[in-house]
Amino acid sequence: MTGRVVLAVVALAIAALPLLAPPYHVLLMLPFMAYGVALLGLNLLFGYTGLVSFGHALFIGIGAYTGAFLTTHTAVRSLEVMLLLSVALGAAAAALVGALCVRYVKIYFGMLTLAFGMLFYTFLLKFYRVTGGDEGMRVLRPSLLGQSLDAMPKTDYLAGPYYYYSLAVLVIAAFAMWRIVHSPFGLCLRTIRDNPTKAESLGISVTRYRWYAFVISAAYAAVGGALLGPPIGNVDPTLAYWTHSGNMVLMTLLGGFASFFGPLLGAFAFIFLQDTVMSVVPYWRLIFGAILAFVVIVAPGGLMGLFTRRRVTAMERA
Amino acid sequence: MTANLVNILMGGIFHAAILFLVSAGLQVVFGVQKIFNLACGSFYALGAYVGVSAVSWYAGAGGPPALFIVPLALAGLLIGLSGVVVERGLLRFVYDRDETFQLLLTFAVVLMMEDLIRMTWGTSPRSTAGLYLVYGQTRLLGATVPVYNLVVIAASLVIALGIGWLLTRTAFGRIMRASADNREMTEALGVDMRSVYMKVFTLGTALGTLGGALVIPATAAMSEMGIDLIVEAFAVVVIGGLGSMRGALVGALVVGLLRAVAISVYPELEMLIIYMIVIAVLILRPRGLFGGAAA
Repeated sequence: MTGRVVLAVVALAIAALPLLAPPYHVLLMLPFMAYGVALLGLNLLFGYTGLVSFGHALFIGIGAYTGAFLTTHTAVRSLEVMLLLSVALGAAAAALVGALCVRYVKIYFGMLTLAFGMLFYTFLLKFYRVTGGDEGMRVLRPSLLGQSLDAMPKTDYLAGPYYYYSLAVLVIAAFAMWRIVHSPFGLCLRTIRDNPTKAESLGISVTRYRWYAFVISAAYAAVGGALLGPPIGNVDPTLAYWTHSGNMVLMTLLGGFASFFGPLLGAFAFIFLQDTVMSVVPYWRLIFGAILAFVVIVAPGGLMGLFTRRRVTAMERA
Repeated sequence: MTANLVNILMGGIFHAAILFLVSAGLQVVFGVQKIFNLACGSFYALGAYVGVSAVSWYAGAGGPPALFIVPLALAGLLIGLSGVVVERGLLRFVYDRDETFQLLLTFAVVLMMEDLIRMTWGTSPRSTAGLYLVYGQTRLLGATVPVYNLVVIAASLVIALGIGWLLTRTAFGRIMRASADNREMTEALGVDMRSVYMKVFTLGTALGTLGGALVIPATAAMSEMGIDLIVEAFAVVVIGGLGSMRGALVGALVVGLLRAVAISVYPELEMLIIYMIVIAVLILRPRGLFGGAAA
């Protein structure tokens, strides 16, 4: 019950934010929502299936470059088309990559996904005639729901229509993911995570379910990537670099991979903390490295873990 | 034609010699501690910067230029002691945990080290101008090869033999192989695993930092050099087989030579071809060419 109240309050606050907060903070919410979608997908693998991908930046890259390619090389401006094509391409790439990766678990799964991510990164970097090389590609302003909004000033566009569009995508994506993890399919994934042998003997095809989870999570990451492009205005290969994949895992762990909303909290904390740190010193990696080390050693449940543990102890006392 | 080919091959072997050192560090740690140390690239970068500083100090103190390799190698080895700090300060807390968390902890070290290097040495590249060619160049089948490259290749070979000797001919090597094979049994036989892990991790770190120090006369130290090299070292150990020393040697040669050839023939393929081989090996022979062999 309290969970729902908190969720409603948070949702209202996010919806009212453009009216209350300065544009600077509103614009910071855009990468939060983009990463939020991507991390919901990543956590289907990490938290629910027990597979840690070190190559999900590959799918962020696919989504972001799909949008960039469409706006610079074709006349397509519609964000809906970009999102749908990102999902299709992300899922198609994941169908292939996943078929090869899901046969392995743990460190080998991580390494294979990392290798595929770096393969795509090198492709983006070296084939500059298609991808723009290390300078990347521009992302022109997409139209929303058939409305071309080119006349609007940039900040108004991003803090207004684009903000609510991203929020709508995040809400739909979160709702769909909620249904997925609470379906029998989601239960199967958790069984596979906890005891693959038992899952197999219960008649669950472990590799096939892992493959489904991989493809879904990649489609989410591609949507996140497509949302990430327009606010930056330019996509470049570092989006697909392995440290970006690592940062995504960091965000998930920071928020709490054991909880549905943990990754969202992690993305939020990461982006706003990074911004705060960078306004003082340029050394955000040092701070986040220390935070990651702390989380891994002391609080593997992440921020969400702190809340739930406190709630549990409060309940025990009562 | 031959001159060109020899140039390419010698460049590739030089790169392979450096790659071998870093990958060997990755392998000893993985073999014994079962931790895939993403930070070995960061140690490589650390060794490079410390090497630059040591050589500049040496030149400033008026040491004879021909001996610059002595302070360089010493600095590279000594800064390897930072491995003790990382192992005692961080890694020892997660030995009983899932290997994913161990991997993430080494990623935390990668992040921290990158900024520590920026804070200490700044963001602009650092190099040891002029020392590269102190030993002159030699002609080899018509190609001109810096003698320094040959020195590093020889040093790397000596170290490879030294590790082989350590692993197969010494008491500590036997303990290392035993712990790689069966940790509980080794511990039950009275081996203090804490000290083994500390020594092994320090050895792995020192190999990385030494690799970084030795590469520095030939190139400039940059803060991103670590995260770039770790993916190459990763390719080496996957191709050679995780935990295998012979694998590291063969893998380093494969990656070093292929990169050198690709750069001169079709630059777009440079790393692409290496990742394709990595993926092929992971799919066809997940244990690598020499996987399953003792550490």
